[in-house]
Amino acid sequence: MTENLQLNSDGKLKHFLTIEGLDKALLTEILDTAESFAGMSEQQVKKVPLLRGKTIVNLFFENSTRTRTTFELAAIRLSADVINMNIATSATSKGESLLDTIRNLEAMFVDMFVVRHATSGAAHFIAQHTAPHVSVINAGDGQHSHPTQAMLDMFTIRQIKKEFAPLRVAIIGDILHSRVARSQILALNTLGAAEIRVIAPKTLLPAHVETLGVNVFHNLTEGLKDIDVVIMLRLQKERMTSALLPSESEYFKCFGLTPAKLKIAKPDAIVMHPGPINRGVEIDTRVADGAQSVILQQVSNGIAVRMAVMSMAMQARGNG
Amino acid sequence: MQKIAIENGRIIDPANQTDSIGSLYIAEGHVIAVNETPGDFTPDIVIDAQNQIVCPGFIDISTRLRQPGQSHKATIKSETRAAASAGVTTLVLQADTKPAADTPAILELIKDLADKADYPNIVTIGALTQKLEGQELSPMLALKQAGCIAVGNAGKPVSNLLILRRAMEYAASHDLLLIYRPHEHSLGNKGCAHEGAVATRYGLPGIPYTAETIALAQCLELAEQTGCRVHFGQISCKRSLIKIQQAKKYGLDVSADIAIHQLHLTENDMEPFDSAYHVLPPLRSDQDKQALRDALSQGVITVLCSDHQPHDLDAKLGAFPETEPGMASIETLLSLMLKLVNDKTISLSQGIAALTCNPASILRLPSGSLSVGMIADICVFDAHMNWTIDSTTWKSKGLNTPFWGSTLSGRVTHTLQSGKIIYSLN
Repeated sequence: MTENLQLNSDGKLKHFLTIEGLDKALLTEILDTAESFAGMSEQQVKKVPLLRGKTIVNLFFENSTRTRTTFELAAIRLSADVINMNIATSATSKGESLLDTIRNLEAMFVDMFVVRHATSGAAHFIAQHTAPHVSVINAGDGQHSHPTQAMLDMFTIRQIKKEFAPLRVAIIGDILHSRVARSQILALNTLGAAEIRVIAPKTLLPAHVETLGVNVFHNLTEGLKDIDVVIMLRLQKERMTSALLPSESEYFKCFGLTPAKLKIAKPDAIVMHPGPINRGVEIDTRVADGAQSVILQQVSNGIAVRMAVMSMAMQARGNG
Repeated sequence: MQKIAIENGRIIDPANQTDSIGSLYIAEGHVIAVNETPGDFTPDIVIDAQNQIVCPGFIDISTRLRQPGQSHKATIKSETRAAASAGVTTLVLQADTKPAADTPAILELIKDLADKADYPNIVTIGALTQKLEGQELSPMLALKQAGCIAVGNAGKPVSNLLILRRAMEYAASHDLLLIYRPHEHSLGNKGCAHEGAVATRYGLPGIPYTAETIALAQCLELAEQTGCRVHFGQISCKRSLIKIQQAKKYGLDVSADIAIHQLHLTENDMEPFDSAYHVLPPLRSDQDKQALRDALSQGVITVLCSDHQPHDLDAKLGAFPETEPGMASIETLLSLMLKLVNDKTISLSQGIAALTCNPASILRLPSGSLSVGMIADICVFDAHMNWTIDSTTWKSKGLNTPFWGSTLSGRVTHTLQSGKIIYSLN
């Protein structure tokens, strides 16, 4: 169902809700399309007219600065008109349902929704109920999926490592609550990475996480051996009060990425983080700002990948 | 009152271990003869039950009819119509009406609504605690005198075990059965799906099986200490079955039921984010489903129920975790039971017993069998008649079923309640 919902009758990406159900060819197409946009930011004219006359609404039911800004920039560079809606202060706070909010915006002839929501499945729900001419891009739903973040991570990995097949990737931290990690795991498996490891205490791992196709480690030192790509996740401080971890300091001691621990990974390993980072909680400043860090490169790549997804989804409209 | 003859049907009456072709004669609301035509009996109505099964009317041990309090979802009138079409002649109503069934006045109101709907056999589980808040004991004796057949907290938490103990002691003092859905809410942690591979994949907050087993184990300990009779509602996982089996072997007076959908659906059947699959307890693993089937087959569990929970459209229109749990399931109860028979999980007699004499025995109801002299609550059904689950034949106001479009076998042709035909297919 997910697959059918995302693809039109020609197998093109109509909505982008999750990595699940998308094949390697389609993910590669996203990366290749992003490649064509990657150099644009450095040009004097940072715009192409691909989405001229189109209206994109950023519907952020959950706060985000970085993701919203990169989606906005991506839309602007595609020459679309963009409206940012901060839903926390708008209709839904007056009791309007999610569906009514969507339908009202739809009635204003919107072409695309970029949706962030605190509940898993919200983007699916909107895609199921929105008009056929509207595309939905999931900008993060609950603990489920954040597919554009995963694709910009894949783009960054491919830029540096060229191929996925030989790579061993470690994802470290709060896997339990992370939509990013779920999407990264699906993308890495689809693109054929050699091994994916998740490294965290049991309190931060979902049940049966191994069914996602990962190897599980509870020890950072063991888990980092032979690793090519280290992906750190943000430790959400608010969650430390709900009996998940004893303290920030103990977490940092066990799972924080320091220069010494990074040396256990391969010498040319890269360090990634979807941001925002908590220095001294999950990552040492010397690592975050170090030579192996590609964190800012990820941010830059976010725009190109989102341009790719938006333009592909817009092209796929009208064919079912 | 009309005299009715049901002729040439296959009479299956597990209470009397009967399974034979024959006829049934009804007068004054009671079964007056089986097979032998009584002298001077001239029926007003003859039902030809050839190639059909004649059995006691079904007793559904867990239902929500949404009235009083939520008639925008369903009404006693709409849901009793659905029940009648499903061969159900006794509905056992959970106590979480609005307001909760914690006073005799609410029980009276329900009785009144049932009479007006021309369906008098609605029996209510009285609230175990006031407003189901788990803090103060309800007036159980007054509730019993007003007609409640058991007490329960309708899945709402009684977090303080001392209060649960006192409530069970008090219920036992008045020989009231406790109907208890075991769920430790702190472990449930506002989850909406089984804590397993599927919930992990879709990022849905999970409910571990231990949320059920720990609550069940605590209640079993208290049942032994207090002497309270306990019936566990809507058991969903393998570990619970092991505990129930052990308790029974140990001599505890406990029983349990399974919601019929738990025997057919698992987490792997869930369409991603389709709120029709949002139920509590959640759809568990394939292993749990198989264990539930085995437990039913081996008699560890003896009762099936629909756990009917009709909802309005808005309650199910949203992202999965934000929707309300529950299925409208009374109309698929018989067909899904027959599917178990076709799968050779249980015999037809076992399936009918799980819907008739077994719940009657646990609830001490004067129904559930076709003995001469019994109230004529009867279901006649064609086990081979196929039907497609669609809104043209659906009676419940709740359209929340994951079975839309499925073709199932088994259709009720006649339902009699106290000797009166309350449903006829044609």
